[in-house]
Amino acid sequence: MIRYAYIIPLLPLASFFINIAVGKRLPRKGDWLCLATILAGLVMSVGIFLEVFQAYDPNFKYHVVTPWLTVADRFTINVGILVDNLTAVMLLVVTGVSTLVHLFSIGYMHGDPRYSRYFAYLSIFSFSMLGLVLSESFFFIFIFWELVGLSSYLLIGFWFEKKSASDAGKKAFITTHIGDVGFLIGNMIIFVTCGVFGFDEVFQAIGQGKLSGTLLTIAGIGVFCGAIGKSAQFPLHVWLPDAMEGPTPVSALIHAATMVAAGVYLVGRVYPMFTPDAFLFIAYIGFITLFIAATIALTQNDIKKVLAYSTVSQLGYMIMGLGVGGYTAGLAHLATHAAFKACLFLGSGSVIHALHTQDLREMGGLRKKMPITFVTFLIATLAIAGVPGFSGFFSKDMILAAALEFGMRNPAHYVLFFGALFTAGMTAFYMFRLVIMAFLGEPKDHHKFDHAHESPPNMWVPLVVLAIFSFSFWFKSPFVEKGWVQTLITKPATVADVAKAPVATASMEHAAVMAGEATHAATPAEGGGHDAVPAAHGEKAVAPAHAEAGEHDAHLAHMAHSYAMYSSVAVGALGIFLGFVVYFFGWINPARVANSVKPLYNFLLNKWYFDELYDATVINGSIAFSKFLAWFDLHVVDGLVNLAAQLGVFVSFLVGKFDNYVVDGAVNGVASATIGGGSILRRMQTGKLYHYVFVLAGGALVIFLIKAF
Amino acid sequence: MTLDKLLVIAAALFCCGLYTVMTRRNAVAVLMGVELILNATNINFVAFSFFLNRMMGGQIFAVFVIVLAAAEAAVALAIFLRMFSTTGTVEVDAADELKG
Repeated sequence: MIRYAYIIPLLPLASFFINIAVGKRLPRKGDWLCLATILAGLVMSVGIFLEVFQAYDPNFKYHVVTPWLTVADRFTINVGILVDNLTAVMLLVVTGVSTLVHLFSIGYMHGDPRYSRYFAYLSIFSFSMLGLVLSESFFFIFIFWELVGLSSYLLIGFWFEKKSASDAGKKAFITTHIGDVGFLIGNMIIFVTCGVFGFDEVFQAIGQGKLSGTLLTIAGIGVFCGAIGKSAQFPLHVWLPDAMEGPTPVSALIHAATMVAAGVYLVGRVYPMFTPDAFLFIAYIGFITLFIAATIALTQNDIKKVLAYSTVSQLGYMIMGLGVGGYTAGLAHLATHAAFKACLFLGSGSVIHALHTQDLREMGGLRKKMPITFVTFLIATLAIAGVPGFSGFFSKDMILAAALEFGMRNPAHYVLFFGALFTAGMTAFYMFRLVIMAFLGEPKDHHKFDHAHESPPNMWVPLVVLAIFSFSFWFKSPFVEKGWVQTLITKPATVADVAKAPVATASMEHAAVMAGEATHAATPAEGGGHDAVPAAHGEKAVAPAHAEAGEHDAHLAHMAHSYAMYSSVAVGALGIFLGFVVYFFGWINPARVANSVKPLYNFLLNKWYFDELYDATVINGSIAFSKFLAWFDLHVVDGLVNLAAQLGVFVSFLVGKFDNYVVDGAVNGVASATIGGGSILRRMQTGKLYHYVFVLAGGALVIFLIKAF
Repeated sequence: MTLDKLLVIAAALFCCGLYTVMTRRNAVAVLMGVELILNATNINFVAFSFFLNRMMGGQIFAVFVIVLAAAEAAVALAIFLRMFSTTGTVEVDAADELKG
């Protein structure tokens, strides 16, 4: 099965071409074709996953390449696929969510005038996302990276008659491309220094020291910039909430479960190339994002906006998790988040479908009208809030543990853990605010409430499936120490490990001797500051220190894990409790609280004024710059062009005069000289015979006389 | 009879012919002048032949000239007939269409 992995993305590609060309003429406008291709992909992904799962090997890797483009003997770009444990999980996540969203869309998009085009776009998205997951080189991952950006743009602006939707599409496309420039720069640095594109080859080249030091940090941050754009991290997070203008199933598929997670996947995929500085940068970007987005989500009244900001916040968790060294944690959260957030989005789509409004203040009491939607939505909410037994608890807890461990090792960065912990409480609070406002209490708009009804089966079946996958036993059985996720998705050796080892040992209090030994042993690794030393060498050098430090490390990790678990459960419970206090029992009036801190409330309601800030700086700045360029063009460039033109005219004038008077004068002069000569000479031809004879005789006489004398 | 006297007669005859060609307007008269000139040359040919080398070359050449003069007269008279039928005259002054 794994040998045929390349077919998985090709099937949706074929369905895209068929649907875009003749989709309207197919029976049912071709939706079954898209569904069938992605379903086939799901079946194959399950097969691949089972194969990988049976192997149960953390280092499992299936990697085939074939030359695609060879430039003389300079370099070769390979095309190929790479299937390891991470890829297998991602394939399952992408095809699974995509299949359910296809199914949901059949009901949700029913009767849309561009129904077949919608499914064609879903197919091109599936193709690009699966291609991205299977890529084995920086080159191809960048191509698919741009393709998912394109399909995201097409689907956000799917209802382009609405100006807000087409604007949101453009905003998403442009904003993510700012990050992509960084990605491109990172790729260029990698290619120029290493001369290869394949992930394995690049990591090998970095291990040999071809790319190291500051340049490696810059390359890592550059590649991470792509993730900042695509995964909506601060400061490029502004596009994702606007992207909710697209159809709700699209929000679930692209802007919650898969494409926005591509950035996280990318960071996980190129994990070995990050230096400690790059990791710190990644961790803080993720931290800022998760905090800002959660505070904004507290105040939003649009059901999809709340979910959008919660997505941004959760993506921040994943990125921070990866940044603090929690490789498994970040990627596990990616998988669990895909399920419960897709469930939340599809649930909100079901609500919007029934009520035709997105405003939370017009909802309420839907529990009775839409029981299935309510139950599934509640399960997913419990998962995101981090209630034990649900998938979100399992993965978020791992992230918090990783952050705490990072804080224990580097006390300067404790803020990451406490900020993330506080945000976990906020997450529970705003998610329960959403559930209570929408499903519990009394209906606020009776007219809309009376028309509400449960969605048809093809819409609630995906909800149920996704809700089932929001339980944690899929990822880790409660009876074992380590789930399959922890076993299979293990952190690869990174450039940072080499440099980080002495820091870890130095943080130990009663091991001065050991620390000394470690520092001594790690001296070659520390040689040039953070300069990357061949990973193999570094590890060998650190190994003796690590053997003794390993036990301590395990102890530290265990301690961090239990602290993080207790505190996150406590904070989550507190958030849920507060949610009920404020919005269900009404013991605290939210409006009064909002009034008492009006400036703060407005600040959050207006999303920290990011859009206004960007309007004032970036957009107005570029408009002013464009105006300056227009002025420059009109006056300086056009002036030069006009000057050149006038010079040309003047030279031509001179040349014309020369031609008219000198050249033509010479020609005319010859002619008139000929005429003048002719008019004189013609007189000799009198036509009188005796004249000729006279001249003849006279001439003869002259000759005679000359001869005579 | 000496060579000098013959040459003088031939020169006088040539001058008469030349004068006729230059002064007469009638094409036939001009042709007659041309005949005089040809005959003046004939006298020269015969005279030089007789007095200088005694060979018969000069006399034979004179016969050729006479034959040539006859042919010439025939051609010229035909031209005059055509000229008369187109212009109605044989005055040489009238045939001046090619003048400059």
